[in-house]
Amino acid sequence: MTQEIPKRFDDRTVTRSWWILIVFTILTALVGFLAMGYLGAQIESEDPIVETFTPEGIFVQPDAEWNTSILESRTPEAREIRKLGWLVVFIAAGIFLVVEFLLIFAIFRYRRKAGSDDGSEPVQLYGSNPIELAWTIIPIMIVFVLCLATIRTIQVVQPTKNERPENALTVEVIGHRWWWEFRYPELDVVTANEMFVPKDRPIWLELGSADVIHSFWVPELQGKMDAIPGKTNYWRFTPEEVGTYLGQCAEYCGTQHANMLIRVEVLEEAGFDAWATAQAKAATVARGTEIDKGRVVFLENACQSCHAIAGVSNGTYAPDLTHLMSRATFAGGMIPNTPQNLKAWIDDPEQIKPGCDMPSLKLSPTEIEQLVAYLVTLK
Amino acid sequence: MTVLPKPTDATTSIPSPGILERMHEWVTSVDHKKLGMMYIFAGIFFFMIGGIEAGIIRYQLAWAANGAVGPEVYNQMFTMHGTTMVFLVGMPVLLGFGNYLIPLMIGARDMAFPRLNAWGFWVFLFGGLLLYFSFIASSGLFGSAGAPDVGWFAYSPLTSRAFNRGNNVDYWILGILISGFGSMATGINLIVTILCLRCKGMSLMRMPIMVWSMLVTGFLVMIAIPVLTAAQVMLLFDRFLGAHFFDPQLEGSALLWQHLFWFFGHPEVYILIIPAFGFISEIMPVFSRKVIFGYTMMVIALVWIAFQSMGVWAHHMFAVGLPPSLNAFFAASTFLIAVPTGIKIFNWIGTIWGGRVIMKTPMLFALGFVGLFVIGGLTGIMLATVPFDWDVSDSYFVVGHFHYVLFGGTLFAIFGAIYFWFPKMSGRMLGERLGKWHFWLLFIGMNLTFGPMHISGILGMPRRIYTYAPDRGLDIWNLLTTVGYMIQVIAILVFTWNLIVSWRKGKRAGDDPWDAWTLEWATTSPPQPWNFHPLPKVKSRRPLWDAKHPEDPDYEYE
Repeated sequence: MTQEIPKRFDDRTVTRSWWILIVFTILTALVGFLAMGYLGAQIESEDPIVETFTPEGIFVQPDAEWNTSILESRTPEAREIRKLGWLVVFIAAGIFLVVEFLLIFAIFRYRRKAGSDDGSEPVQLYGSNPIELAWTIIPIMIVFVLCLATIRTIQVVQPTKNERPENALTVEVIGHRWWWEFRYPELDVVTANEMFVPKDRPIWLELGSADVIHSFWVPELQGKMDAIPGKTNYWRFTPEEVGTYLGQCAEYCGTQHANMLIRVEVLEEAGFDAWATAQAKAATVARGTEIDKGRVVFLENACQSCHAIAGVSNGTYAPDLTHLMSRATFAGGMIPNTPQNLKAWIDDPEQIKPGCDMPSLKLSPTEIEQLVAYLVTLK
Repeated sequence: MTVLPKPTDATTSIPSPGILERMHEWVTSVDHKKLGMMYIFAGIFFFMIGGIEAGIIRYQLAWAANGAVGPEVYNQMFTMHGTTMVFLVGMPVLLGFGNYLIPLMIGARDMAFPRLNAWGFWVFLFGGLLLYFSFIASSGLFGSAGAPDVGWFAYSPLTSRAFNRGNNVDYWILGILISGFGSMATGINLIVTILCLRCKGMSLMRMPIMVWSMLVTGFLVMIAIPVLTAAQVMLLFDRFLGAHFFDPQLEGSALLWQHLFWFFGHPEVYILIIPAFGFISEIMPVFSRKVIFGYTMMVIALVWIAFQSMGVWAHHMFAVGLPPSLNAFFAASTFLIAVPTGIKIFNWIGTIWGGRVIMKTPMLFALGFVGLFVIGGLTGIMLATVPFDWDVSDSYFVVGHFHYVLFGGTLFAIFGAIYFWFPKMSGRMLGERLGKWHFWLLFIGMNLTFGPMHISGILGMPRRIYTYAPDRGLDIWNLLTTVGYMIQVIAILVFTWNLIVSWRKGKRAGDDPWDAWTLEWATTSPPQPWNFHPLPKVKSRRPLWDAKHPEDPDYEYE
């Protein structure tokens, strides 16, 4: 009879419980994965959407070049920031060179050389008050200079609520998931994604949001400023050159954060006035069999509950379509505004912009043709 | 009738335990060394997962208009990558080293509260697993099903029920909240251990800098984490009980979350870097064969950074439209925190100066840390310049900046620490050849990944976008970043291989392989459960120097 070896704990019980735990875990995981696979297959097989229309030219910005480098400043405000930026870049580069030089020099100068090492220890130096004081005081002085420069530029660039210039044009910027709404309270104009502004006049932005936090960023014109629900931010820039400036939302706002683009069109004063006059009018009333049928499709489906067309519908959740065809892009600036793309978009927005709030209304191809025939009259 | 085994002599030979018994020993352990190593291994495990998530991010961004994974998966990946690396990699690995080393360095038998210590570890681990359970358990619409997709700082009101139509945010809240309790337990434990269990003769000003850095970290954890926990509880109230703390539609404030989060978040950044400062301050002197330069200033700088880190949080919020006066205040306080950080950098260079630099792997990582952390620090100064921040905040410039700080800084220090203390933990050396390969591959890959990010940011690429137009000039920089990532993957594979091989048949280390001077090298490798017998007595900051050089002991100068 063998003698039982004593243990700190009962070996077999422990072993058994561990095996049970391991087997149980593996089984649970297996069942879990099988269930997931099954459920996943259910979702996949659910009513595949037949794509009738295909979009073309996604990511193409008609008549504009992507130039979003912060180094190309086109307004006095952006140039102020640039000046400060270069100052801090030069100071940082100077410190970088000094520190990295000292580090690399010390490594090579004091590297232990093979052969000449006698195993003795170097002189043990505990510190030096004058030197340590020097590398405390000098950085404080550098920091002081940077601080003054920063505060000065903040004063120049950042407007407060009461600092609206007399001759400024006010634009209310409202972030939506995932498009921009621009309202011109003085001109009674509402548009989406594409902001038109006159040259040589301060533009006074009042930023807000309808849902989550967004950030308005057109690098060539100004730094970014957040659009926050429940808070109005004020921002200002003075465009000097006619042209198209691109930008995009810079604060993560959900699934389609990447496709929330901004186009700013800077026009001559006269051109801007003409644009504003046209935009302030109600929608064009064009006639034609297809067009009339398209208008009915718009009104009899959910379209009109979200989209406004002045004189036709009053929705506020989605972009105003009164002058849809005056814009170069749609879907948050994501695709060129062509009849073909409108058809593909209405057919199934999810295919083009997954996660967006516009549903596919499952319209028949004929209805889509009619609807787009109507929409293209909204000039 | 069962017969109970008779109590017998403990010296009876016991056959070597099987794998399950050994696992049981680890799971039930309250030994600070075992817990410390479990923290580190759990951290490395999550690091691999976080790295894979980074790979999916880089795969998606490698080309313009790439449809590799799509927005929903992409958004979940960057959220989980950030959350994992901060909460499940950085904190546990650093606190794990604290756990392992502090009692050894101050000459104590264990932490002050061993069971609290074990509780803290398991709470952290299961918090992390709960967060990852979201991948299979969370349901909802669009991106709200599966893992959280709201970014690691989860700005409200994106996290509200209205805009997150699922329950992945609940997993984010609960996972982090629970693992936060573990961090708080460890924070208290570190403070009490360091203040109460120091061996005879070890006054506060004789503690190694590593111990100082852990003391400071302990206090920061105690101050910062409860703020996050409170904010997360408020968010839970919003989501489940119909409260409106962060709901602007009903007089709540969207910005309140940002203030609370960053009041936690900025000290958190220092929780992640101050222990790294501690590692470097231990590695640098040993491989320069010289005492740390300006010990008192190093301690003052640590405490200075800790205090000031609580007054800089709004520099994460320069673009939210704070009044100009507040912007100026937070710019000034952020600039000022560069001063103590600069003191530390210069003192490390002072430590090498006049020394005898030995280029072993731990030293390579420590020197790499200094070189890379300087870059992250300087871009940090640029970001503190408020108007410049309006240009580059929330762009890839920021992503490049904080990866230089947290990857070039914290992670390089962690690798240095692993190479330095692995012999103590395992009794074997990590391979030196593979170590050098690991360092150089990681150094090159790291710069290739995060350097071009600064340029993408300057070219106007916002962070967290899942796609970009082809004609923006961003392609080449993103492709470089992805190539850099692949080089890093090779480096990490080399490291893993080194770890596995050395753990099993590395060169025997002996008690004191680096000829170092602090107390952990005075005991066996690996140390016995009771650490020291008898408990040591010290007379200076470098007790082993005194023992090795009786003719020229430290205590005559300090």
